[in-house]
Amino acid sequence: MPFIANTAEQRQAMLSEIGCYMADLFGDIPEAMRCKSFDLPGGMTEQAVCGHLRDLASKNSTQLTSFLGGGFYDHFIPAAVNALTGRSEFYTAYTPYQPETSQGTLQAIFEYQSMICRLVEMEVANASLYDGGTALYEAMMMALRITGRNKIVIDDTVNPIYRKMIHSYTRNLKIDLCETKNDGGMINRAAILKAMDDKTGAVILQNPNFFGCIDDFTDIAAAAHEKGVLLIVSCYPLALGILKTPGAMDADIVTGEGQSMGLPLSFGGPYLGFMATRRKYVRKMPGRVVGQTTDTQGRRGFVLTLQAREQHIRREKATSNICSNEGLCALAALVYSCLLGKQGFKEIAQCCADKASYAFKRLIAIPGVRPHFPAKWFFNEFVLDLPCDATDVIGKLIEKGIAAGFPLSRYYPGMKNSMLIAVTEKRSKQEIGMLAETLESVL
Amino acid sequence: MKLIFEKSVKGRRGPAVVRSDVPTSIHLDKRFLRAKDAELPELSELDTVRHFTELSRRNYGVDTNFYPLGSCTMKYNPKFAEVVASYYGFSNLHPLLPQLRMGGSLTQGALQVLHDTDLLLREITGMAAFTMQPMAGAHGELTGIMMIAAYHRAKGNKKTTLIIPDSAHGTNPASAAIAGYEVKTVPSNAEGVMDVDALRAAVDEETAGIMLTCPNTLGLFNPHVQEICDVIHEVDGLTYYDGANLNAILGKVRPGDIGFDIVHINLHKTFATPHGGGGPGAGPVGVVEKLVPFLPVSVVVKRDDGTYALEYDREQSIGYVAPFYGNFAIVLRAYAYILMLGREGLIRVAENAVLNANYIKEKLKGAFDLPHERVCKHECVFSAARQNGQDVHAIDVAKALIDAGFHPPTVYFPSIVKEAMMIEPTETESKETMDAFIEAMLDIAKRAETEPGSIKAAPVSTPVGRLDETAAARNVDVACLG
Repeated sequence: MPFIANTAEQRQAMLSEIGCYMADLFGDIPEAMRCKSFDLPGGMTEQAVCGHLRDLASKNSTQLTSFLGGGFYDHFIPAAVNALTGRSEFYTAYTPYQPETSQGTLQAIFEYQSMICRLVEMEVANASLYDGGTALYEAMMMALRITGRNKIVIDDTVNPIYRKMIHSYTRNLKIDLCETKNDGGMINRAAILKAMDDKTGAVILQNPNFFGCIDDFTDIAAAAHEKGVLLIVSCYPLALGILKTPGAMDADIVTGEGQSMGLPLSFGGPYLGFMATRRKYVRKMPGRVVGQTTDTQGRRGFVLTLQAREQHIRREKATSNICSNEGLCALAALVYSCLLGKQGFKEIAQCCADKASYAFKRLIAIPGVRPHFPAKWFFNEFVLDLPCDATDVIGKLIEKGIAAGFPLSRYYPGMKNSMLIAVTEKRSKQEIGMLAETLESVL
Repeated sequence: MKLIFEKSVKGRRGPAVVRSDVPTSIHLDKRFLRAKDAELPELSELDTVRHFTELSRRNYGVDTNFYPLGSCTMKYNPKFAEVVASYYGFSNLHPLLPQLRMGGSLTQGALQVLHDTDLLLREITGMAAFTMQPMAGAHGELTGIMMIAAYHRAKGNKKTTLIIPDSAHGTNPASAAIAGYEVKTVPSNAEGVMDVDALRAAVDEETAGIMLTCPNTLGLFNPHVQEICDVIHEVDGLTYYDGANLNAILGKVRPGDIGFDIVHINLHKTFATPHGGGGPGAGPVGVVEKLVPFLPVSVVVKRDDGTYALEYDREQSIGYVAPFYGNFAIVLRAYAYILMLGREGLIRVAENAVLNANYIKEKLKGAFDLPHERVCKHECVFSAARQNGQDVHAIDVAKALIDAGFHPPTVYFPSIVKEAMMIEPTETESKETMDAFIEAMLDIAKRAETEPGSIKAAPVSTPVGRLDETAAARNVDVACLG
C-alpha cells in the first residue's frame, strides 16, 4: 500500500508484541456501529492520478488575459518565493509548539509580523488569519471586545463579499450592523458621522475601496475617536508600496488580504488574512503571536506568546476559536517582500498604478465608455460604464480570450452597465491595447 | 541568528521583477501617498535565499524527523499532491471567473474537483453533502454551529447551550461561544469517555446540540456514542462530529451511520496535505439530509448535461463563510490523495495508524503511567506523573526527546490527564523508527531515575536552549519596527 512502510511481517511482529489480532484493535467498536458502506474506487498509480488531474487542469482557462480583481489579483510571483516556501523543513512542520525545534518557523513569523507592521505602519501584528474576510470579521469582534459596545458601522465600499461574510457570522449575535451608502464611489462622510453613536464599537472602511478609489480616512479616525469608536481599515497590501498607510491615518485595527504578496490565485485559496493593531490592544488580538525572548544562555530566540488569550487555554473565553492559520502563506508574503525589498515594493505599486491609469485613458476614449464615478483618484482598479449591460459584454469578451472585468450588478443592483477593471504589473501595454480594441469591437 | 532586517544593505536590490512599458507615469495626489517608504529590507536574491534556507534548517518537519505530535496527525505528505496543486490550470485560476457569463465553462475542471471531492467525502463519512468552504478545522466548527443555529431558528426552537466533553479540543468551546452559545461541559468517566448518565443529567430543552470527538483526545473510542446521539436527538438537538481524529476510523466507522448530523474533516490531517508550519489547512463540513438547505453558498451542482455550476440562490443558507470555495489548493491535494489510495488504501491507513499507536502504547506502558489501559485508536496518552518524584515533568521528557532526534509528542493536553504526553505515530512510520523512539523514551525514563539533571538540561542539540516564555509574555516584543 502506498505510504505504509511496515511489511506484513513487521505488522505481524508488532501484533505479536501487543498480543492480539488486527481485528481486536477495532474490537471496541460495537458491531452495530461498523461502516454500512465504504464504496470508494480502487487506488490509482501516481502516473494515473497526475494524468487525471492534468486533464482536469486543462479544462480550466489557462490562456485568458485577465483584468479581474475585486480584492484578488494576478501579480507576478518571483521564482524564489516557491523555492523557499517549498523547503519541506518549513512546509512539513506544524504550529511551533516546541520552540527549540521550530526556530525557523518562529523567527520567520516574527519577521512576517514585523514586515506587516512596517508596511501598514502599526505597532503589533499577529501570525496570520485565514483570509481578508475572516480577518475583517475578527477585527470587528475584537473592536467590540475592546469597547464593550454592540454596533458596527460598515460602508458599502467595503468588499461586498466580506460584507456578506460578516452578515453570516453575526446572524446569531446581538450585533447591530449599520451599512452606510457610498457617495459617488467614495464614503459619505456625513452619513458615517451620523451613524456613529455611543453604542458604536467600530467603523469599518476599505482603502483602496472596492471600486478602486483611494481616500484618506484621517478625519474619520479623529471623529471616531472622539466618540470612543475604533477605526478598522481593510487594505490591499501591495498598494501600500505607495499609498498612505492606515497607521498614518490613525486607524486602530488594520486587516487585509495578503494574496497579492506572493500567493497564486488558486481558485480562491489558500490566501492570507493579516491583522495589525496598536500595542495597547495586543492582548485583545485574536490568533497566534510570536514574541522575542532569550534562552537559558541569553541567546535570542522566539516563542509563541500571549497564549493565555487562546482557545487551547481559555476554551470558551478565548479571544477567537482560531488555531492553526495560514503559516506557509505568511512565509510566502515575507519572502516576497524581502525579494522585492524597499525599492522593488514601491516600484511594483507604482507600476500597477501607471498601467491602470494608462488603461483607464485608453478605455474611456472608446465611444460610449465613461467613468462611472466622478472620483478622480484610483490605484489599480476603476469602474467604467458601458452603453449596454456589462454582463453581456464581459461574456462576449471571454469568448475572445479576455476576462475584461467584473460586472458590478452582481453586488450593486443599480450598476447594470458598470464593470470593475483591475490592472496589475503583469498586463502589458499590448494586452491593454487588445482589451481596448476588442471592447470597442463588441460594443 | 540575525533578523532579515538586520541583513539589509542600503541600495542593494533583489531580482528585477517588472518594468513598466506604458508611456506615462501617474502622479497621485500627495495626500493619498505614504510619507516615507516602507522599511522593508534591501537584499540580493542570494541574501534572501541564504537567510530562509538557514531558517529552514532550524526546524523539525515530518520530512526530517519523526513527529508524533498527538492530535495533529503528522503523517508523511506525498510529493505528487504538491505537484498537482501547482498545475497552472489550477494555480492561476481567478476565483471570480465562474461568476462571469461564459466564465463557468472555463473552470469546469476546478468545479469538478470540488464536486467529486464532495462525493468521496460523503461516502467516507456517510453524510448527505459537504461544503468545501471552511478554511481550517476550527472554521469548520464555526460553520457547523452556524448551521445548528439556522436549523433551530427555522424550526422556531429556543436553544441556548451546546454540550461539550471535558476532553474536547479547545476549539470546540471557543467556536460554540463565538457563535453565541453557552457551553455546558460534561465530564469523562473512569473509562476516559463521555458518561451517558452525566450527559442525560446535562441535557434539557435548551440543548442545541453536542460536539464530540470520536475517537476522543485520549485516543479512545466511545462505545456509547450512538446512545449519546439518541439522547441529544430526543430533545431535537443536533450532533456534531469533530473529525480531527478521523484518521483512526477510515473504513471502520462512519459518523453518518451512527447518528451524527454534522461532521468536519481536517483535510490536512487525514488526507495528507502538509501542515505548513501552522496552516494552511482545510475543514470541509458534511451534513445529513435535513441540514442540506442550510449549507453555506455557493454550492457546486452537476447539471443534467454533465457540466458543473455554482448555486447561490439558496433561501435557507447560512450565507458566505469564505470569500469563494474554501482553500481550493488544499482540497485539490486531498482529492488527489484519496484517488491514489482508494478504498483499500484508506482502510490500511486506519489499521496501520491504530496498530502503530497500540504498539507504542504496549512498549512504553511499563516505563510511564498509562491512565487508560485499553485498546487505543490513533494515539495513546501517557502521564509523566511517575517521573515527578525526581522533578522530571512532561515538558522535560519532551525536551530530552528533542536531543534524541525526535519531535516531542503533544504535552499537557488533554488537560484531564495530569502531565499528559499524547503520542500519535500515524500510519506512515516504520517499525524501525518507532523502535528507535521507544528506545529513546525508555532511556529517558531510566535517566529520570538515575540522572534527572541531564533531562532537566535538555535540549542541548538545538540552536537555542529552553526559552524564557514568561519573559516573552511579560515584555511583549512581537515586531522589529526598525
